[in-house]
Amino acid sequence: MKQFLHILVLCSFLNKIEGKQLLVGPGKHYASIKTAISESVANDSVIVSGGIYKEGNIIVDKSIFLIGKDFPILDGQYKFEILSIKASYVVVRGFRIRHSGYATLNDPCGIKVYDSHHVSISNNYLEDNFFGIYLQFCKKCIVKNNQLSSHGTEEQRIGNGIHCWKSDSLQITGNVVSGHRDGIYFEFVTNSVIWRNISFNNVRYGLHFMFSNNDSYISNVFKGNGAGVAVMFTHKVKMINNTFSENWGDAAYGLMLKEISDSYIIGNNFSKNTTGIFMEGTSRIKVESNKFDANGWGMKIQASCMDNEIVRNNFVGNTFDISTNGSLVLNTFNSNYWDKYEGYDLNRDNVGDVPYHPLSIFSVIVELNPPAMLLFRSFMVSLLDKSEKIIPSLTPDNFIDNTPLMHSLKL
Amino acid sequence: MNRITKFIVLDILKNKIVLVYTLILSILSWSVFSLEDNATKGLLTLLNVILLTVPLVSVIFSTIYLYNSSEFIELLLSQPVKRARIWRSLFFGLSSSLLLSFLIGVGIPILVFAPSDVSMMMLLVGMFITTIFVAIAFLSSIVTRDKAKGIGISILLWLFFALLFDGIILFLLFQFSEYPIEKMMVGITALNPIDLARILILLHLDVSAMMGYTGAIFKDFFGTTVGEVVVFAILLLWIIVPFWTSLIKFKRKDL
Repeated sequence: MKQFLHILVLCSFLNKIEGKQLLVGPGKHYASIKTAISESVANDSVIVSGGIYKEGNIIVDKSIFLIGKDFPILDGQYKFEILSIKASYVVVRGFRIRHSGYATLNDPCGIKVYDSHHVSISNNYLEDNFFGIYLQFCKKCIVKNNQLSSHGTEEQRIGNGIHCWKSDSLQITGNVVSGHRDGIYFEFVTNSVIWRNISFNNVRYGLHFMFSNNDSYISNVFKGNGAGVAVMFTHKVKMINNTFSENWGDAAYGLMLKEISDSYIIGNNFSKNTTGIFMEGTSRIKVESNKFDANGWGMKIQASCMDNEIVRNNFVGNTFDISTNGSLVLNTFNSNYWDKYEGYDLNRDNVGDVPYHPLSIFSVIVELNPPAMLLFRSFMVSLLDKSEKIIPSLTPDNFIDNTPLMHSLKL
Repeated sequence: MNRITKFIVLDILKNKIVLVYTLILSILSWSVFSLEDNATKGLLTLLNVILLTVPLVSVIFSTIYLYNSSEFIELLLSQPVKRARIWRSLFFGLSSSLLLSFLIGVGIPILVFAPSDVSMMMLLVGMFITTIFVAIAFLSSIVTRDKAKGIGISILLWLFFALLFDGIILFLLFQFSEYPIEKMMVGITALNPIDLARILILLHLDVSAMMGYTGAIFKDFFGTTVGEVVVFAILLLWIIVPFWTSLIKFKRKDL
């Protein structure tokens, strides 16, 4: 009897949570989304069926479910911010949101969330918007499985794909972003996770990350972005299992680190970038089990970096594995596999018996005098490199891997 | 012309040196590919072979052959054959037999182990280098009658193109590092066929590094179709100009 009562009580709650359904669409009870929202109360569901809706700026100021059926199109006619969410516990799902306005003063977006928490935005298509999804002063929000595309050509004419500012505990998962300024932008965002996103062909960065501590980004793909990925002025970031590829250009880096500390870079794949990782002013970072494959420069570690550990990585087929701009070395390189290593292993413990100098003299020459790249792979340069490997004179002699591996790691 | 060329090719094929050259090239290429675990490293080793060994052998062998066949040339001249025809036949015979041994020695292993656009480019470039250095040998052997002097000139030219030229460029780069000399450097490399060949391959092999700032300047020029056509045209000039000069000299030479 007691159990039955419990169930009865639960059921009555369920009823309350469900709310009522307000149907919007041609031939439905409501013709416009705006009126449906204005007549809804908290916990109601506004269900929009397929069609094109040009209603200007739609403001969601109640904790409702806004659900699209057959991907209804919300069109901003290049004039309005399309969806403004100003309440917590809002769910937005299944829309095709396109043609937002363009303005540099108030940054009109496809979807913008103001000062809210527990908002979920999922399974939407956002096309040809200035900014895609914008979260400001948000907490515990979810942005999941959205596809954002735009056609930006210049940095100042296009906004970011997923823009997060002054927020906490966000989950950015499974989104696909292309053609925006920065694919994903984080500024003053803490305790958040960026997982399984694909960010490609954006005008500037695939991921732009500033003043955002204690975040992690895992299993994302950043490909062919104008300047790669930038992580700056941050500590305690975990970068795991991401792929950085085909970021080409002089100022394009697979991953650019500036003023980062106490972070992890583990299990990532850097392939075909002009520079795999560029480090400046970074300290106490562990770079482990990454793959550097067919990059122009595997890593560029500026002399301003200290106490970084580069261990157990594979360096294969890079033009230069490592390059630096000074003679000060405060980082350690141990137990990596370098395909340019030519030492031997007498006791067959898979560790080379001769230490390896990953810094080639020619990479130092090119750093001092970039046009010298013209002479790369000429006989004279190989001669210089060989003699420098035996007797280091120009390159710092403590730039050394004492335990280079004989075989590549299975990563 | 055909009969003289045929005769020369047969004569060279009977000559053991070209057979040994073919054998050495093929042993080198096969071993390079079977020893290295990735084909790119094999290609890099072969690049050094193409940029050093191939021009050296081409230039020295051709020079020596020309000096050794001076009596044969004199004999031919007593026949009613035009001088230009004899000289051209010699050139075609020498370069085609060296090209043949290059294609057998390097071409087959490359096509077996690493068939890609880079390796095709390497083959093409290697063929150009062979022919260019045969042409240079013709020029240096016509300049002087003295065999030792002629061979000396050939070796010096090889040394200059393979080594000294790069040293001079590096020196210039550091002397003028304050100035925007990238574009000028592109022009200067046209003065050395080995450098041109190397850069052509570099643009295919190290494409990521070449996308950097200065690399981009070279890529903008050499990497485009127009640039590549221009480079091949310059390489062609490197064959035509030395040979043409030697031909003119040969026509007027008092033998």
